[in-house]
Amino acid sequence: MIKFGIGQAVPRTEDARLLTGRGRYTDDIRLDRQTYACFLRSPHAHAELRAIETARATAAPGVLAVFTGEDLETDYIGNLRCLVDLKQSDGTPLKTPPRPALALRRVRHVGEPVAMVVAETAEAARDAAELIEVDYDPLPAVVETRAALDPAAPGIWPEAPGNLCFEWQRGDRAATDAAFARAARVIALDLVNNRLVPNSMEGRAALGDIDKTGRMTLYVSSQGVHGLQKQLAEDIFHDKPERIRVVTTDVGGGFGMKLFLYPEYVMVLYAARWLQRPVKWAAERIESFLSDDHGRDNLSHVELALDRDGHFLALRVDTVANLGAYLSNFAPYIPTHAGTAMLAGVYTTPAIDVRVRGVFTNTAPVDAYRGAGRPESAYIVERTVDFAARRLGLDPAELRRRNFIPPSAMPFETALGSTYDSGDFARTLDTALAAGDAAGFPDRRAAAKLRGRLRGLGLASYIESCAGGGPELATLEVGGDGKVTVLIGTQSNGQGHETAYKQIVASRLGVAPDDITVVQGDTDRIRWGSGTGGSRSVPVGGASLAESVRKVIERATPKAAELLEAAAVDVEFRDGSFAIAGTDRTVSLRAVAAAAAPKGGGPAFSEESRWRPPANTYPNGTHLCEVEIDPETGGVKVVRYTVVDDFGVVINPALVAGQVHGGVVQGIGQALLESCVYDAESGQLVTASFTDYAMPRADHVPPIDFHLECVPCQTNALGMKGAGEAGAIGAPPAVINAVVDALAEFGVEHIDMPVTPEKLWRTIRDARAGR
Amino acid sequence: MYDFDYHRPTTIADAVALLAQAEDGRPLAGGQSLIPTLKQRLAKRSDLVDLSAITELRGIRDDGGTLVIGAMTRHAEVAASDLVRSAIPALAATAESVGDAQVRNLGTLGGSIANNDPSADYPAALVGLGATIVTDRRSIAAEDFFTGLFETALAADELVVSVRFPRPDRAAYQKFPNPASRYAVVGVFVAKTGNAVRVAVTGAGAVVFRHSAMEAALTNSFTPAALEPIETPADDFNGDIHASQDYRAHLVKVMAKRAVAALQ
Repeated sequence: MIKFGIGQAVPRTEDARLLTGRGRYTDDIRLDRQTYACFLRSPHAHAELRAIETARATAAPGVLAVFTGEDLETDYIGNLRCLVDLKQSDGTPLKTPPRPALALRRVRHVGEPVAMVVAETAEAARDAAELIEVDYDPLPAVVETRAALDPAAPGIWPEAPGNLCFEWQRGDRAATDAAFARAARVIALDLVNNRLVPNSMEGRAALGDIDKTGRMTLYVSSQGVHGLQKQLAEDIFHDKPERIRVVTTDVGGGFGMKLFLYPEYVMVLYAARWLQRPVKWAAERIESFLSDDHGRDNLSHVELALDRDGHFLALRVDTVANLGAYLSNFAPYIPTHAGTAMLAGVYTTPAIDVRVRGVFTNTAPVDAYRGAGRPESAYIVERTVDFAARRLGLDPAELRRRNFIPPSAMPFETALGSTYDSGDFARTLDTALAAGDAAGFPDRRAAAKLRGRLRGLGLASYIESCAGGGPELATLEVGGDGKVTVLIGTQSNGQGHETAYKQIVASRLGVAPDDITVVQGDTDRIRWGSGTGGSRSVPVGGASLAESVRKVIERATPKAAELLEAAAVDVEFRDGSFAIAGTDRTVSLRAVAAAAAPKGGGPAFSEESRWRPPANTYPNGTHLCEVEIDPETGGVKVVRYTVVDDFGVVINPALVAGQVHGGVVQGIGQALLESCVYDAESGQLVTASFTDYAMPRADHVPPIDFHLECVPCQTNALGMKGAGEAGAIGAPPAVINAVVDALAEFGVEHIDMPVTPEKLWRTIRDARAGR
Repeated sequence: MYDFDYHRPTTIADAVALLAQAEDGRPLAGGQSLIPTLKQRLAKRSDLVDLSAITELRGIRDDGGTLVIGAMTRHAEVAASDLVRSAIPALAATAESVGDAQVRNLGTLGGSIANNDPSADYPAALVGLGATIVTDRRSIAAEDFFTGLFETALAADELVVSVRFPRPDRAAYQKFPNPASRYAVVGVFVAKTGNAVRVAVTGAGAVVFRHSAMEAALTNSFTPAALEPIETPADDFNGDIHASQDYRAHLVKVMAKRAVAALQ
């Protein structure tokens, strides 16, 4: 039994199925009489929509219907809604302009859906979409974050003058100002957190269906079905949630991007209802680039006040966050509540003042992307600390040590109100420096120099915040045959939740993994759930599941006692059997379940739990990165990478290693490769394919040396902290710190992400020329 | 993809006839540029003439010291060929550097040069080696073959049959790949045969070109240092989000020096 226990690196039970092509993704689903949708998308970044002529498309062969925004308006279809209620610093609410599923009277970004064609084949739908004639009157556009607040910038929403969606403040401004006034040193720098395209391997896909009673089903590649069900029922179709079933099968990557309600999901249901036939849409790759929610895209001005000894006195951060043309579900939450709380980092900084302004631009909506606000904060903190160390002539590790919150101070409340329950930051740092052989770095740098390469060492001691978002519902059923079913509202996008949940049940209930089935992604089978995001699935869902296991044992004990002819108080459960304490008389769970199973069928035991985390958890760790730069070309290569993480109790080290590897690679992608470029004049997305948008590949990444130095979480029922996003949070500052270290001999103090070859070459050239 | 008529002839003559008859036909070689273009509906063709069944377009052979490679030979085949690796290792290395494994397993020599992407690798090798392109009707020197941006000397119904490569004494190709596409931001092919030095540059301009200033300098002294004083005018170079004109001009020198250094 222990072979599948908690803490063991058991292989993923889902892999044989997924790796042999037996996965079932949304686009694999074929329903009888299924039809196909194609969306006509705006070629303009900003334009008046004067008229849409659909007659020729409607008459084209195989076409069943063509829909525009006016149809939705006529049929009282609700708008997609931003679910965040953010109060501005002046007390007024943020601006939430309307977002219909198809553009109405105006288009505001390239790729915005303007019309939908439904036909008997995907080809016919696409042919017909080209026959739609749209009369656009182009308007000036603004796409750049730094340009949005310029008084001369074109306005996108009349209700949001100056393109300002919100201005938000956190922290203690007076205390911060006072600390700055008495500081021995003040460090200031400006940071770009570049916009990213998520690029899940499986693109978004949706299939709408309707039955004779008018009840609709949405099959969709998502990160959780219940949130979509609620929005579709309440906001869009004004119906009861049980009238809309949402189903998610296998998902090939989400990274946050598949959490949200998108226009295409509304439209496949709307069209299915209109046609009384199933309607399928699956994104082509260019549609993913144009219409998936993007990530990050912040500009921050940062100031750090220090005393004479290098202790942090206060931090000031002023951020402009690009939200895109429309507010996606959680867009305003990401640069505010989600991220800024972590601006204290792993340091004792007593006073912090944060201002965030969210701005509209003529670009695709921006929302949560792996880390969702915490990578942005970690980048600000860890870049600023490194920058300050260089200014002060201190070893970056030493400056960090001077300011770490010591383990003895736990629980520690930061200046922004987060209470860290546990963490030993010096330990992850020390372990990383040892494992990554920081002591040997000078020799490696010297050897690189002989090869004409500049070698740099960078570190980042990150902390993040996980397992928020409320409780998760986990139901555990034990059948009369002893087989176990887990029903849970989280949604694997490839992380391996099925394996982790089986480990929890196997180790606590003594059931073989083959006898456990994990069910996720169906609102008909799972009553409620919060979905997957914020590294919460295993820490919160797993804790709920463990509680359900406990309840099942409790419920089964009287039956076991009956079979053992003993008093229930004398019966204890261990290793899959009930035993009379102090004797060798046992009865297996399977036998108890067989005896307890109702005659008419159904499970012998069924228990549900809804464990609510009392607080967020705080995974943390240190990344150590070494890069080599080719100064002649500006090429940069990550040549050594060490990660030491504190994830609390770990269910499966192999799963978390996989999460860290993937996250680090995404972080390297952000730091060195991924550059999402909208043309400032035309508003066109210039990087709308893999030919122009560089994704990290295997040869961009060295072997990643991964270690765990875990301190159990004090607020999680199982001691877990969460591991899904950490890699992408620690990596960008570690990589940039390494690049800057490599360039230190030229007096370079900062370079913005992504460090593309030409940018690096110019930086070196300008530094050499003394510019 | 728009509809088109698909043909799969087995002889060069049939292929040429089909192309001549087609309203707006196009030969289909490895399809690594053509198919994505069609799928994205950026091009519409009345007919595609698939060349994959024409055996006379395939193969690598030695013809009295000249290396002859059939137009439908895949990049991976050129890269792995013992004959190519021993005769002109730099050519095998060039093939090995094209795109990614999937592209190399399908893309062909003839398809690449007929497409003449300004950032493709093969044009540099052909011009650098002074190769001759043999078509169904004539022979064309590489320098005369690549005429402009995605333009070649081929007639609409003319097929590349093979390419003939004379053996240099020494040759090397160095490229700085685009991190996204792995096309050459700049690629420089240097070949030395006797006293003659040829330097061909791809990626930098609209079309591959010989760098006469570098050739003269290297003829005088075949060392990386000989290239140091040579500045390459960038006025006609490509400039885009990946690389500006002057960065490309700079990379021409860096890649040329590295190619020469590799031959020291």
